[in-house]
Amino acid sequence: MRSLGWRRFVNRFWTVASAAGVVAALVPLASLLWLVVSHGAAGLSLGFFTNLPAPVGETGGGVGNGILGTLLLVALASVIALPVGIGAGVFLAEKGNGRAGDVIRFVTEVLSGVPSIVIGIVAYGLVVAPMKRFSALAGGFALALLMVPTLARSTEEFVRLVPGALREASLALGVPKWKTSLLVILRTAAGGIITAVLLAVARAAGETAPLLFTALNNQYWNFRADQPTASLTVQIFNYAISPYEDWHNKAWTAALVLLLLVGLLNLLARLLSRNRMEGAR
Amino acid sequence: MPPPTEIAVVGGGGPLARARVSPWGDRAWGLGVSVLGASILVVAGLILAELSGVSVVAWRKLGLLPFLFGTDWDPVQDRFGALPFIYGTVVTSLIAILVAVPVSVGLALFLSEMGPKPLKRPVGFAIEVLAAIPSVIFGLWGLFVMVPWLRGTVEPALQVAFGFLPLFQGPTIGLGYLAAGLILAVMILPTIASVTLEVLKTVPLPLKEGALALGATRWEAIRMSVLPYARPGIVGAALLGLGRALGETMAVTMVIGNSPEIHASLFAPGYSLPAVIANEFAEATGDVHIGALAALGLVLFGITVLLNALAQLLIRAVNRGMPRRAA
Amino acid sequence: MTLAQDVATRVAPQHRDERPAPPKPTVAPPNPPSRSGAADEEQPKLRISGLNAWYGQNHALRDVSLVVPPRSVMAAIGPSGCGKSTFLRCLNRMHELVPGARAEGTLLLDGEDLLSRQVDPVVLRRRVGMVFQRPNPFPTMSVRENVAAGLRLNGLRGSHDEIVEHALRKAALWDEVKDRLDASAIGLSGGQQQRLCIARALAVQPEVLLMDEPASALDPIATAKVEDLIHELKENYTIVIVTHNMQQAARVSDQTAFFYMGELVEVGPTEKIFTNPDKAQTNDYVTGKFG
Repeated sequence: MRSLGWRRFVNRFWTVASAAGVVAALVPLASLLWLVVSHGAAGLSLGFFTNLPAPVGETGGGVGNGILGTLLLVALASVIALPVGIGAGVFLAEKGNGRAGDVIRFVTEVLSGVPSIVIGIVAYGLVVAPMKRFSALAGGFALALLMVPTLARSTEEFVRLVPGALREASLALGVPKWKTSLLVILRTAAGGIITAVLLAVARAAGETAPLLFTALNNQYWNFRADQPTASLTVQIFNYAISPYEDWHNKAWTAALVLLLLVGLLNLLARLLSRNRMEGAR
Repeated sequence: MPPPTEIAVVGGGGPLARARVSPWGDRAWGLGVSVLGASILVVAGLILAELSGVSVVAWRKLGLLPFLFGTDWDPVQDRFGALPFIYGTVVTSLIAILVAVPVSVGLALFLSEMGPKPLKRPVGFAIEVLAAIPSVIFGLWGLFVMVPWLRGTVEPALQVAFGFLPLFQGPTIGLGYLAAGLILAVMILPTIASVTLEVLKTVPLPLKEGALALGATRWEAIRMSVLPYARPGIVGAALLGLGRALGETMAVTMVIGNSPEIHASLFAPGYSLPAVIANEFAEATGDVHIGALAALGLVLFGITVLLNALAQLLIRAVNRGMPRRAA
Repeated sequence: MTLAQDVATRVAPQHRDERPAPPKPTVAPPNPPSRSGAADEEQPKLRISGLNAWYGQNHALRDVSLVVPPRSVMAAIGPSGCGKSTFLRCLNRMHELVPGARAEGTLLLDGEDLLSRQVDPVVLRRRVGMVFQRPNPFPTMSVRENVAAGLRLNGLRGSHDEIVEHALRKAALWDEVKDRLDASAIGLSGGQQQRLCIARALAVQPEVLLMDEPASALDPIATAKVEDLIHELKENYTIVIVTHNMQQAARVSDQTAFFYMGELVEVGPTEKIFTNPDKAQTNDYVTGKFG
């Protein structure tokens, strides 16, 4: 029989070990956040947001076209992904209890695990190759493919959460089935779906790999879907792997901008969902 | 239809009572929704078709086995062997799992059992923040912070302590398998920790309480009752993390050293499947080169899909097969 | 007081002299129901013959036949699982929402067969409204929007303020909500929400109102308010109410139908059913020997 003292020691050891695990997880996070802010803040200026990239050594360059490009790509992606993803989610919630629903749900789960670089290859084959050029459309298409599975799953979840009593109430008023689904059920689930959209957009805004050979990059302002476009993420990558310290500094600042963008979207999503929770009481 | 200008007496039926409702509304909705649901299958099919289609030229020209096991990657001379990338992907992912699983399980245990209550929410929040950070920013930090740290501190120390093993021999440049493995570990931590946390929540309370009532310490109760129960779920979480690690591109590309060769030492530069695709695809020379890269993508796709499917099955078995805790 | 005495003192509506007279109609309805007393007796609002219903293989309703006079309250009583709710749901074809559900027989509303294929259930439900056991106001809509929901969702544009006020008054809720019409509907108490659902059903101007245990989720005070409401409503509507509370059936209804195991055992004037029923089984149920 082990002594109580020994057992207490083992208990304390493992408590400390799990606390050490927490520390091990949090130190990189703290370090990363601290460094992005401290290295990046120095380069922040209005010009950084509005200027085009400058050649090495010249001052005043910015990531204006990268920010615009990211917004353009995310907008293109949303136009494709929102109807498909939300629609598929509604399908799974309303008609998804049979064999077809099970298969589609399983495929959705599998799709959400496909690496983003592979999605990039698919977008290359489907958009870049036929168009014979790199384009924002190809990049947006790749991002859309990444957004659809999570949107579908979240939408299904939120639509299923709507109580069946509401559907009954609407039908009993003589409202047709499709109007009930669209104007009552979907409207009730809208809050949750919007939260899911914000999170999906935040994730898409942070993607780099699939853009490398779809949207490629662009040194100038681009507003067209059929031209290659810059993006914040690809800019950060290019600056970081370059041999110039000036560009390394710009990479940190651009990273700060990206973190702020992603952070803002996540914060919005969180606020919205908390609002909803409280409104429901 | 204009609203009634005076309120009709009840009992007579309102303005809607004699309206006719077209069945096309319901039909269009049902059709539209079904089409969008089926589009998921179309997407999956497209992915498979495109990957196969783009890569077929490589399979045909190079042959399956020579491609998969070839160690020579030389686009200029049209020589494409996938082994260095498969090796690099496997090695870095293994390092990532070996480091991330214990830390994640410790983290999850801390959050659900062993930690002091006031710390749980901030720590949980920190993990969510970690999960939301884009990959390229991890790469940035890895390149300028972690790699110098490895080069200056960790790798020399490891070499001093374990230099007799081929794993820890050779020049300590910082970039390489170890750097990539460690950064992957940090990135998959949130995935494994959050799934493990969910799994731990399904452990029935009476199981734990029974052990505690017998006089076990907190850790003993966990080790005796919680961990064995949750083990399949934790394995599932680890597999999910592994799946993520295999497909991770940007952070790995930035710290792995980009050398398409196989080395025994963890300190050596290497390459991974996603990294080579990221670096070479945009400027690939010729259809065979593109095809070879797409073939690598197909291999990656196959491995991650299988792994994810397996992980899902395991996690579902734990969540479903075991009775939920009361209240 | 026994149940019988309870019924005798409460069932006749003309004892309620202290109630204000209902507002006189300002306009003739498009389809005025017949007003002469003799014609009322001859023209039932609802005539049901040989109604059978199945849920898959389960024969839930067997050969039900009864008549509901206009502007009266018919209560359906019986133990759990006797088919009274199934019966109610057949009346506005809500049973069709359950996959595998089927109803056959004749169900005449003012002479029109509701179960025939020519009748669109969607339109039918605008003539036959329903109030459910648990209040179910639409959570994303205000009080005003909830009441007008049946109209707006069906494409009737414009402000429906008059109809909303009218319906809320009819549901005896106007005074309580007139200052908070644009506030969220789920901020109301349970009893208020249920009256809101009644107002919502009334706004569509149905002819028949079906109520599925409308007060069972409410506290006694709210229940009393709903019961008073039913008394007022029956001046203008035909009401069928399902209840498992026999005292409630005795209080509010003119006719009572007793269901057991899917069959209609007996139907008749409420006073008779509760004091001197024909069937022994009915007597056993209303005196509490089983159920």
